[in-house]
Amino acid sequence: MGDRAAPLVVLDSVSRSYSAGGGLFRPRRTMQAVDQVTLALQRGEITGVVGESGCGKSTLARLITGLIAPSAGHVRFEDADLATLGAPALRAMRRRMQMVFQDPYSSIDPRFSIRDAVLEPFEVQGIGLTEAEADARVAALLTMVGLDPSLGGNYPHHLSGGQKQRVGIARALALEPSLVVLDEPTASLDVSIQAQIIALLEALHARLGLTYVFISHDLRLVRYFCTRIVVMYLGAVVEILPEPQARPRHPYTLALMASTFVPDPTRRREVQPITGEIASPYDRPPGCAFAARCPRASALCRSERPLLVETAGHAIACHHPLE
Amino acid sequence: MRALAPLLKAARTLRGGPAALVLLALVFCAIFAPLLAPFPYDAMHLPSANMEPDAKHWMGTDEFGRDLFSRILYGARISLGVAVSSMAASVLIGVIIGGLAGYFGGWVDRTLMAISDMTWSFPEILIALVLIAIIGPGLGSTAVAITVGYFAQFARLTRAQIIALKGETYIEAARNLGASDAAILFRHLIPNAMTPVLVAGMLATGDAIILEATLGFFGLGAQPPLPSWGAIMSSGTAQIFIAPWVILYPGLVIAVAVVSINLFGDALIDALDIRGKLREG
Amino acid sequence: MALLTLDTIAVTIGQAEPLDRLSLDIDRGEILGIVGESGSGKSMTALAIMGLLPLIGGKVSAGAIRFDGVELTKLPEADYRRLRGKRMALITQNPMTSLDPIRTVGAQIDQVGTLHMGMRAEAARERSIEIMEQLRIPDAATVHGQYPHQLSGGMKQRIVIAMALMGEPDLIVADEPTTALDVTIQAQIIQILVDLVRQRGLALILITHDMGVVAQACDKVAVLYAGRLAEFAAVGEIFASPRHPYTRALIGCIAKEGQASGSLVGIPGTIPGVFAYPSGCRYHPRCALAVPACAVNVPPEQRLGAARVACDWVTEVAHG
Repeated sequence: MGDRAAPLVVLDSVSRSYSAGGGLFRPRRTMQAVDQVTLALQRGEITGVVGESGCGKSTLARLITGLIAPSAGHVRFEDADLATLGAPALRAMRRRMQMVFQDPYSSIDPRFSIRDAVLEPFEVQGIGLTEAEADARVAALLTMVGLDPSLGGNYPHHLSGGQKQRVGIARALALEPSLVVLDEPTASLDVSIQAQIIALLEALHARLGLTYVFISHDLRLVRYFCTRIVVMYLGAVVEILPEPQARPRHPYTLALMASTFVPDPTRRREVQPITGEIASPYDRPPGCAFAARCPRASALCRSERPLLVETAGHAIACHHPLE
Repeated sequence: MRALAPLLKAARTLRGGPAALVLLALVFCAIFAPLLAPFPYDAMHLPSANMEPDAKHWMGTDEFGRDLFSRILYGARISLGVAVSSMAASVLIGVIIGGLAGYFGGWVDRTLMAISDMTWSFPEILIALVLIAIIGPGLGSTAVAITVGYFAQFARLTRAQIIALKGETYIEAARNLGASDAAILFRHLIPNAMTPVLVAGMLATGDAIILEATLGFFGLGAQPPLPSWGAIMSSGTAQIFIAPWVILYPGLVIAVAVVSINLFGDALIDALDIRGKLREG
Repeated sequence: MALLTLDTIAVTIGQAEPLDRLSLDIDRGEILGIVGESGSGKSMTALAIMGLLPLIGGKVSAGAIRFDGVELTKLPEADYRRLRGKRMALITQNPMTSLDPIRTVGAQIDQVGTLHMGMRAEAARERSIEIMEQLRIPDAATVHGQYPHQLSGGMKQRIVIAMALMGEPDLIVADEPTTALDVTIQAQIIQILVDLVRQRGLALILITHDMGVVAQACDKVAVLYAGRLAEFAAVGEIFASPRHPYTRALIGCIAKEGQASGSLVGIPGTIPGVFAYPSGCRYHPRCALAVPACAVNVPPEQRLGAARVACDWVTEVAHG
């Protein structure tokens, strides 16, 4: 599980809020997209972040990579507080932390050839390459992600979704980062392509010794791919499973698992879907955010917010956890 | 090469084809006017003043006996040259203002758009008259008037494009790689926003030709003996009943040029499928 | 006789032929899953059944679709429309394509009753609320008076299902009904659909790319690839002993519980576009078992009991 003494990234009660509205007749409303998240990412780990829409997982991804600044708390990357870095230093720091985006269809500038797109990281970081060096880099990077180097002259619209996502991975790896945040990299791909991409990411992880954060709504995939799992609900971490097959103790994690169908018709679930819907992040209930949908909720849950408590690496924020 | 495809597609349509030919011919005349013109544009020959069109003077002569055909050829140079170059300047200013406003938002947006909207709320001709009152008549002030009179629409259009494009993943991806604001704006956003702005600029060139002609007609644009189309018409007003061709031919050429620009621009809009984007401004 | 039979139908859109010689059938009380990747012809099948191909400039160019004894491909549009409102209903991925944004959802459910079922306004409203309650819409009377934009995606999808049920259909075609929804909401909606089939005995065609949903809900499964049927079998057989190499590969793409990391492979290459279908078996360029003959011969469908498989290897595979 890596060296506990020197985590690569530390999030120290990081929050991010957004305001909306604020018109002439509408009051300004604030939502807590990410709410006091504390997390340490060990080198070499694959941390999965799961949750449903609006749980803040994509905001968390962007907080980790410094694409957005926290409204409270600190993000430290290799002991450097991202907030204290100036803009140029932060831009230079990006060489070390990269992101792969969900939508491969729009993650490459349509006017850029694949070669230009793969070379953009070097250009942006002011790394001058001769024509021959550039050719070699493009060929090496495209080969690394399983693409034919001859694709370099093509434009994004000539490529399939899977191929574009490979280009996205090549771009992210061009500067040899230590951290790669994968924001639902396979969510918009067909299953056969999704499995290809996951296999590629696994191979690269082993070969390059990368640290991954894997954002996903697919618990099945996260349990397969990750070394530990962070479960988020309405902006907050509700449970951290120290290993992917650990038994969930938070009722929400359990509900997520129960809602995930197993590809085996002999093991059908008499689903007892949790009732109700996710509360609006603009109108977060006091107490536990999941209380309204939770079969175990008590009066305490509705009034007092449970804190994330860690025992033996397994952290959980629940007043009435499962055994 | 990729940029040429829509132009060719537009030129293959029923509207765009003939228009493209006319425009190419006009540009050709403008460029090669000195070679094509049978007479110098300012060669006076009073004995042959106000002559009807004939084999020697295809479009007749004016009150000073200057060959009208030669003057119109040179006029193409001046009228098209002023309209195109000042429109290019106008597009450039509009794109920069709209790009900055759209990208940075907030007070930058409000300030820049307030300035640009101010110019937009007056008719171009009024702006032109005010500017000429300040800097005096001439081709230079015509160019400035066109530049100032039209840039607001390009700023609006660019801003709308930039705001829409800002949300694209490849912009966030570039920022993720460490790209600076300038790199994002000039390498990604503006190139992707340019197409509809360039087409709008092309369409507005037709208006600019008319504005130039109007100013020339009132004697506020090109000064004699320079033959802009508007200036030629202006000089023809006194002889309208003796030598109507002096006013007729340049007027006809202006109309043909403007109609051709509009038809080709319209075909181009369809070829690029950007009719919706042009309305966003 | 089955409620709905697709008898070797082909679909053409201009020069393209996105569906080729497809045969399927479904009876009341059954859930038929249609699976495949994007571009496999799943949605085309839904549009063909619903008679909506003209909307995208397509048509059923060969074969027959029989619904309760009526041949649909020759049905006049007016009759088809009556059928769509009442006896068969389509649920799409995006509920907003079926909802009018400027009318209350209640009015839209009521309308199915007044228009197609000859109900009076008050009776329709009562029936709407009753159906909404069956679909576990909390506080149905309030939701009845709300507009689509006030509702969440899962709630909107329930409204669309309520509209479908108002016509008391015999057949529901659900095209990726839960793809846009969160997993906990997806589980709710799938459960609702399964319950409907079990309780009301209607037939459900569930189009999905999610093998988990198929395993959970379906009775029989059609696997499509590039516009052709790869395999058609009972759900147990599909997962326990998939016969077509594509079916196997597709199941292999899903991470199983406890599967060792590094063992997921995916299928090499991508599904061909409608203008780039390869010769012979359309799956052969991606197939690990392909031999040169696969590039030449179009594999005929072979019957194995109630199942059908379009692969020349089947006999060998079944024996070895």
